[in-house]
Amino acid sequence: MIRIEPRESPSRAFAVGIPVLSAVISLAFAAIPLLAAGANPLVAYGEMIKGVFGSVFAVSEMLTRATPLIFTGLAAALAFRAKLWNIGAEGQLYLGAMAAVGIGSGFLDISGLLLLPLIIFLGAAAGAVGMMAPTYLKVRFGADEVVTTLLLNFIILIFLQMMLEGPLQDPMGLGWPQSAPVLDQGMLPPLMDRMRVHSGLILALVLAAIAQFMLARSVWGFKLRAVGENTAAARHAGINVRRSLFVVAAISGALAGLAGVSEVAGLKGYLTSDLSPGFGYTGIVVAMLAGLSPVGVVIAALFIASVFVGADSMSRAMGVSSFLADLVVSMSLLCVLVGGFLARYRILRTRAAKA
Amino acid sequence: MAELTALRLIGLSKCFGSVIANDNVSLTLAKGEVLALLGENGAGKTTLMNMLFGHYLPDAGRVEVADETGTLHPLPLGHPQAALAAGVGMVHQHFALAENINALDNITLGSEPLLALKRDRRSARAKIEGIIERSGLSAPLNVPVGRLSVGERQRVEILKALYRDARILVLDEPTAVLTPQEADTLFENIKAMTKDGLSVIFISHKLREVLAFSDRIAVLRHGKKVGEMATAEADEKAIARMMVGADTPKVARRDMAPGMPILKLSNVSVGGRSQRDRLKGVNLTVHAHEILGVAGISGNGQSGLANVISGLAQPEGGSLSVNDTLVTRPGPGAMVRAGVGRIPEDRHHEGIVGAMSVAENMVIERLDDPAIQSRGLLKRDAIQANAEKLAKAYDVRGPGVTAPSRLLSGGNIQKLILARVFERGPRLILANQPTRGLDMGAAAEVGRRLLEARARGAGVVLISEDLDEILGLADRVVVIRDGNLVEAGSHDREKIGLMMAGEPA
Repeated sequence: MIRIEPRESPSRAFAVGIPVLSAVISLAFAAIPLLAAGANPLVAYGEMIKGVFGSVFAVSEMLTRATPLIFTGLAAALAFRAKLWNIGAEGQLYLGAMAAVGIGSGFLDISGLLLLPLIIFLGAAAGAVGMMAPTYLKVRFGADEVVTTLLLNFIILIFLQMMLEGPLQDPMGLGWPQSAPVLDQGMLPPLMDRMRVHSGLILALVLAAIAQFMLARSVWGFKLRAVGENTAAARHAGINVRRSLFVVAAISGALAGLAGVSEVAGLKGYLTSDLSPGFGYTGIVVAMLAGLSPVGVVIAALFIASVFVGADSMSRAMGVSSFLADLVVSMSLLCVLVGGFLARYRILRTRAAKA
Repeated sequence: MAELTALRLIGLSKCFGSVIANDNVSLTLAKGEVLALLGENGAGKTTLMNMLFGHYLPDAGRVEVADETGTLHPLPLGHPQAALAAGVGMVHQHFALAENINALDNITLGSEPLLALKRDRRSARAKIEGIIERSGLSAPLNVPVGRLSVGERQRVEILKALYRDARILVLDEPTAVLTPQEADTLFENIKAMTKDGLSVIFISHKLREVLAFSDRIAVLRHGKKVGEMATAEADEKAIARMMVGADTPKVARRDMAPGMPILKLSNVSVGGRSQRDRLKGVNLTVHAHEILGVAGISGNGQSGLANVISGLAQPEGGSLSVNDTLVTRPGPGAMVRAGVGRIPEDRHHEGIVGAMSVAENMVIERLDDPAIQSRGLLKRDAIQANAEKLAKAYDVRGPGVTAPSRLLSGGNIQKLILARVFERGPRLILANQPTRGLDMGAAAEVGRRLLEARARGAGVVLISEDLDEILGLADRVVVIRDGNLVEAGSHDREKIGLMMAGEPA
């Protein structure tokens, strides 16, 4: 017979070990479909590693892929710390991207140096608004933010398509649903010549460091953790729970908006409705894998970006479907969830006593 | 006594990590006997009973239960179903009733086959009514349990155990939620049932009821059985000494003239979904150097009163002033700033953030204090030093001030809260059930701190379900009933008990 008992206190080794172990296990499991596809898993993983670390270009591609994931991962991690379930990073990303191309493509006549800060600010603000609205519905009417933020993603995506065929459409775009390009002075400068990795990565890393510091060391972070861990006690202690929720909603939305800004003004230069292959949703996986820690988000984002980029290159080299990447990412999330359970509970085998 | 043995616990031991909860405890229960299991919190009473009932698997030892004929059989351990089948019934401190269905269904729930097509409610009802008649435990069977009083719910729990043909009944602190009169009735019912051969073990802190209603007393301390005696030969002082291992610190209280009013509630009303939250136009004044005791059966508006004073509830009518200053925008933060120290009823749920450290929980009410933070950044050294100082001064024991506060025991969590509250030198203290679940030593400490604050000139509102505690500490007693406050006028236990029950005294 199997019994499940709560552990008295999950150890610190679990907190770090589980995500790492989950990553390893998910890669090990992925060997099964690789075998089924007739590929040698060791060769395949060798190709993956080569595809990620084999050249400066490969590393640049991986970092480029990680950049939006750090933003959306931080967006999810901070909101989740306050038990505010922001599932809407995907939509907030597009709001940020729309604001960025709206301002950045010459809509306003702004002198060069001011344009980029303004794009960043307004993109963040647009994302912030996109999370504060559902948060208002939550504190005012008790509407479940999981539902509202999730559904808002689809509304925003349709709104985006409307804008791309209307006000935001590129007049020179031959009728394609894509926006006018961001002016050169509005672009995030690249970090290396002829490489795609751009200074959005630096912004993401700086924000992750700030988030890590503020969570642990600031009154704001204290309140955020208190509200998330025990709302009733936080309220009783005189912490303004609503205000804390609104502030973290704004920050979470802003971070997701910045993911959009960074993709548009750092990478693509213009906006289409397929800007993000689900960065908002993958950010949730990143945050969970990171144990909701901002520094962990950076590591988890690098891991997941490596898996995606590596799987792409492996599939080119070996003719195996790159859906394998999705498999590894989903499996690592499942492993983390199971691992989190095992960290909190122990499973005991008890010998069935004779009745 | 040459009576039949109903139950034998032999050498039961249980460790949780490094903590020894029970160490080689043996007990024998005779048929028809009422055994009181006494001990401080953490003495291992509940653990022992949970092993008997199969919730925990003992590390060592065994249990034997007599069948109908009186022959002892070993009980398979770790299986609640086996304990139930052997006739052991347990009524937990926290009831396990489904509130939205009626008492009859609650009682039969779980003893029916899950996949039966048709339920035989008529014979179930007949059986329950038979039990009610024999035991005197009456409860309305057709009303959803959510609408029953606490006393009625407890009777439903006991009926549930008896319905499953329990021959041994374990009651975990049965009177914690009852009025003195209800408690007396309960024990009379239990006495009646033991005449039919029921054996009872009840866990309690309260010496008075143990002496009045048990046949035999067993005392646990630090997981060991330290004494056992027939109640007729027991002496209150000796038992208390056995429980704590030393003489109980007697709370020294001297009379004091009340000073100026500290808290004034005029005609304060609070709405709310349940009766426990509602106040109906309450007037109340608490003075400096005064402890005001609020007695009442739980769920009569104590939560509403506590919520108003702690700032969690917005009064719908009336006014509230602290220190002659009208509180215009009440809220928890505003009340803290006005100098109100609050000891919440549910210390785990409202008192601490369990995942955060002891040190952080000690400053959670003063995050705007420049000693704790500057420009939004926490002064970690100051927080750490503050915590070490308070932990020492208030004897908060545990794995250290940087450890998560949920690792503390209940008594130490309360000490953490006391440290947080008293350190600020509050003008008014709201103590809502401050000693519930605490052992005698910790409870005496709470009493001493409250008296100290009173001597310093603070006013105290002491809300408690333990009448002995109120009578021991309060200068003045009011009774709360159905959202109204009535001055008791005296410390007469009998009269207050009747007022609590809503009968004209």
